[in-house]
Amino acid sequence: MLLEVKNLSKSFGGIKAVRDISIGIEENSISSIIGPNGAGKTTFFNLMTGIYKPDTGEINFNGKSLIGLRPDQVNAAGVARTFQSIRLFANMTVLENVMVGMHARLDVSLWKTLLRPPGFRTQEEHVREKGFELLEFVGMLDKGNEVSRNMPYGDQRRVEIARALASNPKLILLDEPTAGMNPNESADAMSLFRRIRDERGITVVLIEHDMRVVMGISEYISVLDYGEKIAEGSPEAIRTNTRVVEAYLGRRALEGEQPAS
Amino acid sequence: MTMNTSIPAPAPAAKPTPPLRDWIRQPRVAGTLIVSYLAVVIFILVKLDRGTVLFPLWSTLTFPPFILSPFVIMASPLRMRTKAIMIAILVLILMPVIGIYDGGYLELSIQIAIYAGLALGLNIVVGFAGLLDLGYIAFFAVVAYIWAMFTSNVATVFVVGHLLVPAWAFYLFIPIGVVVAALIGMLLGLPVLRLRGDYLAIVTLGFGEMIRVLARNLDQPVNLTNGSQGLSGVLRPPLPGFSIDFTASIAKTLGITVANVTPVTQQLLFYFIAIVLLRIIVLVARRLDDSPIGRAWTAIREDEVAAIAMGVPLVRMKLLAFATGAAFAGAIGVLYAAKQTFVSPESFSLDQSISILAMVIVGGLGGIQGVILGAMIVTLLNLQILTNFSLQINALRNIDYVVPLINFHIRDWPPQLEPAKYQRFVFGFLLIVMMIFRPEGLLPSARRRQEMHSNQAEPQELARLEEPVVAAEVDPRHLNEG
Repeated sequence: MLLEVKNLSKSFGGIKAVRDISIGIEENSISSIIGPNGAGKTTFFNLMTGIYKPDTGEINFNGKSLIGLRPDQVNAAGVARTFQSIRLFANMTVLENVMVGMHARLDVSLWKTLLRPPGFRTQEEHVREKGFELLEFVGMLDKGNEVSRNMPYGDQRRVEIARALASNPKLILLDEPTAGMNPNESADAMSLFRRIRDERGITVVLIEHDMRVVMGISEYISVLDYGEKIAEGSPEAIRTNTRVVEAYLGRRALEGEQPAS
Repeated sequence: MTMNTSIPAPAPAAKPTPPLRDWIRQPRVAGTLIVSYLAVVIFILVKLDRGTVLFPLWSTLTFPPFILSPFVIMASPLRMRTKAIMIAILVLILMPVIGIYDGGYLELSIQIAIYAGLALGLNIVVGFAGLLDLGYIAFFAVVAYIWAMFTSNVATVFVVGHLLVPAWAFYLFIPIGVVVAALIGMLLGLPVLRLRGDYLAIVTLGFGEMIRVLARNLDQPVNLTNGSQGLSGVLRPPLPGFSIDFTASIAKTLGITVANVTPVTQQLLFYFIAIVLLRIIVLVARRLDDSPIGRAWTAIREDEVAAIAMGVPLVRMKLLAFATGAAFAGAIGVLYAAKQTFVSPESFSLDQSISILAMVIVGGLGGIQGVILGAMIVTLLNLQILTNFSLQINALRNIDYVVPLINFHIRDWPPQLEPAKYQRFVFGFLLIVMMIFRPEGLLPSARRRQEMHSNQAEPQELARLEEPVVAAEVDPRHLNEG
């Protein structure tokens, strides 16, 4: 197991956003976390990346506990993420965004920055080259110098993925990466997610709403509802799980399209 | 008029570039123009006589164009090397020479360099890292006071018969000042950096006031600061032995009669120290900006949550911004105390912090050239332009000048309307106009220009409207912990 989450809980005030969730992620797999809006999926990502601190539970990643680490330390440990509402550095160029993503892997000592020994230049050149390499990987090589706020929505999602890849993660968490995309764009995105795993050997976890994407790409699916994990398994198993159909695809589906009241 | 809004307006015919502009853009023409412009300005500056009635007016018309000429040079189509040489000649030769002709200009340019250094330091904190600091002057104050406490003949704690610290220690105290200011910057930063935006601004404002109150009250029980009277008789760096003769011989060669050579030499020394410090500060600021550290600061300014999730250690980077910004103020603080030979709590009021912030904003948040330009403009306004208008009116009043046509006796100009009294008014007005018409500042960094001109609905925002209802957004409240 690359990632093992055990009995993770988090509440905000009286609301239990995540209740006692345990999930295991195999190395080199592509998994999805699905569930209706408000099921606790994004909270789960925020707990794993150190943005929230869990009330109870364990998160073991690559043989190391992530509990208590700050988000930048989690990133340095090898977990990168994207955001549900794109959070690019809007006024920086596309390339600069990706370069920031490498921060945890760089030597940023003050004296080197000020005195510029030869190693500093080499590092900057390397950062630039790697930035372009990542942009090429996500198919944005020619857009490096554009200011990211001016990019179309789908391109911004790609840049965010390149930025996350820049830290050489072992695990990448993608929070609704195809939201707002049309079917064509979604299909492209799916092949990108596969390439992240196949060509770069990075384990992928998605939060996704688009069932075509979820069923088409996931090897393993976990379903959350009201902060609890209600099911997990292969796409086939999930598709036929009545509890999932009830919770996620809508109670009405079981009641023959009649409003439930 | 018929309503024809639905008909697309015909595309405007491509405007031919005026031949005049093309002509000026030739490097040779531009170079000649700049050199002759400088020659005229310097000729007038040098020929001006403080005794004449219209001196204040002429001086106001010529000194700002002279001191701002580096920016004209930078904007010209000359080669970078040529520009650098021209600016070096201006700064290292022409300005000192003009200073020998008239010490007032030298004083002004030292003040400008001091404020430019401070503004560049504040620019690191506010412009690069996006942390609004309203108490920036405090770092400057602490270090100025340190040099003053050790060398002033008023405070007696550290000074045993005025012998404890020799004058040459000035050069030692500049690095000490840098370190002390950086440490205080971090000390302030540690508790404060969890705060963001407005809250941070309020706390730094409070910190600035605290330092001022300390300066005012630390004359009891041991006299450290001499209270509100301030510390006078602060030591200046010693003049190198040859320098007085050197100044005298230059003055003689130029045919200037200098009544007292020593103070002029002293001012020249301060001028060159200020220029060296400023050069180092510019270099440091530029290198920080163009580095992973600079990118991390920009990222923090843009989106803290995304920055920390991408591996940028928020607290460390913010502390670094505070420390380097403060360090600049530290270097300048020692110089300031020695130059004024006097420090008092009133030199470090909130007004000063605001002034420096205004320099950064007028010039262009985040841009190094712009901030220097801002420092020049605000300092000139504060110290030269408005004061000179007042002096001019007084001079005309004294000779009982009557304005022709409207037959107005300058004598009747009410003292309430003296321009110098409207300094803050003009300043405020300038800020309002700037913020409405050019919020990004006079010479903004490319990125700031981007930020400020985003009125059109952007693809990103339009797309967001189509996005499904967003559930939990990230709560960034505790990002700064640990």
